[in-house]
Amino acid sequence: METRTLRPWFAVFVLPTLAAFLVAFLIPFVMGLWLSFTRFTTVTDAAFVGLENYTAALADADFLRALGFTALFAAVAIVTVNLFAFSLALLLTRGLRGTNLFRSVFFLPNLIGGIVLGYIWNLLINGILGLWGVDITYAASYGFWGLVALTNWQLIGYMMVIYIAGLQNVPGELLEAASIDGAGAWTTLWRVKLPLVMPSVTICTFLTLTNAFKMFDQNLALTAGAPEGETRMLALDIYQTFYGRVGWQGVGQAKAVLFFLLVAGLALLQLRLTRRREVEG
Amino acid sequence: MKTWRRPVALLAALILMMGLAGCGGGEDQITVRYLNFKPEIAGKYEELAREYEKATGVRVMVDTAANNTYEQTLTARMASPEAPTLFQINGPRGYAAWKDYCADLSGTELYKHLTDKSLAITDGNKVVGIPYVVEGYGIIYNKAITDRYFALKDRSTAFTSMEQITSYDKLSSLVQDMQKRRTDLGIEGVFASTSLKSGEDWRWQTHLMNLPVYYELQGADLTGEAVKNIDFRHADRFRAVFDLYTNHSVTDKSRLGTKTVGDSMAEFALEQCAMVQNGNWAWSQIDDVPGNKVEEENVRFLPIYGGFPGEESQGLCIGTENYYAINAKASAEEQKAAADFIYWLYSSEMGKDYVTDEFGFIAPFDTFTDEDTPDDPLAQEVRRWMDNKEVESVPWQFTLFPSAKFKEDLGASLLKYAQGTKSFEDVKADAVRSWKEEYAATR
Repeated sequence: METRTLRPWFAVFVLPTLAAFLVAFLIPFVMGLWLSFTRFTTVTDAAFVGLENYTAALADADFLRALGFTALFAAVAIVTVNLFAFSLALLLTRGLRGTNLFRSVFFLPNLIGGIVLGYIWNLLINGILGLWGVDITYAASYGFWGLVALTNWQLIGYMMVIYIAGLQNVPGELLEAASIDGAGAWTTLWRVKLPLVMPSVTICTFLTLTNAFKMFDQNLALTAGAPEGETRMLALDIYQTFYGRVGWQGVGQAKAVLFFLLVAGLALLQLRLTRRREVEG
Repeated sequence: MKTWRRPVALLAALILMMGLAGCGGGEDQITVRYLNFKPEIAGKYEELAREYEKATGVRVMVDTAANNTYEQTLTARMASPEAPTLFQINGPRGYAAWKDYCADLSGTELYKHLTDKSLAITDGNKVVGIPYVVEGYGIIYNKAITDRYFALKDRSTAFTSMEQITSYDKLSSLVQDMQKRRTDLGIEGVFASTSLKSGEDWRWQTHLMNLPVYYELQGADLTGEAVKNIDFRHADRFRAVFDLYTNHSVTDKSRLGTKTVGDSMAEFALEQCAMVQNGNWAWSQIDDVPGNKVEEENVRFLPIYGGFPGEESQGLCIGTENYYAINAKASAEEQKAAADFIYWLYSSEMGKDYVTDEFGFIAPFDTFTDEDTPDDPLAQEVRRWMDNKEVESVPWQFTLFPSAKFKEDLGASLLKYAQGTKSFEDVKADAVRSWKEEYAATR
């Protein structure tokens, strides 16, 4: 009954969204794919060149260095963000006083845009490093840990909310049964809670992985690649390829396609791996 | 409940549809669509566009790219159906990128009035870019502070005025002694911060780098193969100036990675320093600093003396990287409308008033006389140095720099040198290699 009355409205409600999705996502994506095989100055004016752009992209040392840096960053970020977020979630599901306040406070950084966050952290970190007479551009490791700190600060709250939801769904009778069977807090965590929040782990690792790989604004605002491009991540490298050299727009586009394949591939792999560990609740 | 659902749903759907429809729309009238490079005068351009429409009935739409994003904005706009009909390229390298979009301007009125035809960008017999403003840069100094120095009894140099500073050695000894007596002079350092933050380093990787490249390429055929390789022969002179800036500065060398051009100009405006390297476009920036202490009549220019061979007769670096180009892919009427607009701007009384008084441009056309120089002190100084027959201006050879990446890499390299994590030999070697690679990588 309900579906039948809604059916005539299908076009009215779905079409605008569908059109927006087409215009803002699908068409640019297909165009981008095509452009990666061409030489172009503007996107409507391109000449086919085959795989030339891909060879140039893969031979570009800057691209490979950015890939290495991004991979390292993503690895560290996934571990730290999820570890902190899960710990906070555990703390804030114990019914402590002020739990709601803390949850909001931890979630708030997520509401600030990446560029603004980047500048704020840039000021903070430079203020501290200034005591030693240097700034964040001095060494790549400063930039790296700066990015890790920023990402943690930004993502922990969001992931925490997901973990809290997961933990609250753990049935009370299971916990009770565990304690009657003599399981300590540690065993309960490892053997009961963790297996049951695996769906949350799947989602959170997926989000941190893709977020870390796609990071752009924070990278641009915090280090802009300094020193000498050593802290340049993939997205920033693609952007700079596009505008850095005459005639390299196609190469930038080819890098973007490779980037998409990489992120999509990794994300799918990760989903398969963590899904396998999920159990029926 | 049920009764209000339907109207609300209908309304929501309507709003969604309207949002989409809002994206469409267009018109047939011939308009000039100009993509402006200079955000600092965007408002003035729009005012001018209204005046032009009042005078001629032709609509001019001015769109302005945000600071440092001209190429990006142009790339995006050119792909739209409402592509700019009038835009600008930044020199021969900019032309290489926009070749297919630059119409031949050799027949336009404005080109006929260009004072020095060699300034235009040409491709064979075609004229593809007309310079519309002449700019100059050098070391800006505050005469009030240098005079204060010359009045010191216990100073170690014999100079009595800035007119005597005509070489690197003289400049260097003056700067060193001024730095020593900075507390007497009421400044924190002679030079403003050497801004080396990414995106804020163009005064060094582009403007200062111009000098060694100019001296190296002197007499070479700039349209041929000669420009594809440099030895950076005068690297030691570049280093000498760079060291002079960073060792006698308001800011410690290790902390330049966070400094911006705005910081430097504020330091100059607040009299925390006596000198800063920049061009005449920086006047508005100095003038706009709240609490600005510098008197207009004390703002002067000095050439960048680096100890280059033959620098006694060296003047300011004079040139432009602002060239009008007309979109070759626009219709013939639109191209003509664009050409008419820029000719009107640089020949009619009202247009000329805007150019000189509102934009503050020194115009390179014979429709302008010496009286038409803008009255800001730095533009006046540029004019004074250009008119000085004893010196020769240094052209802007950086329009030949191979790519934006070359400049960014040099800037990053200089930052590491300033921080002490890279030797100057490596800076030099990297610049030579990068120049060659970037020319080779041009597609």
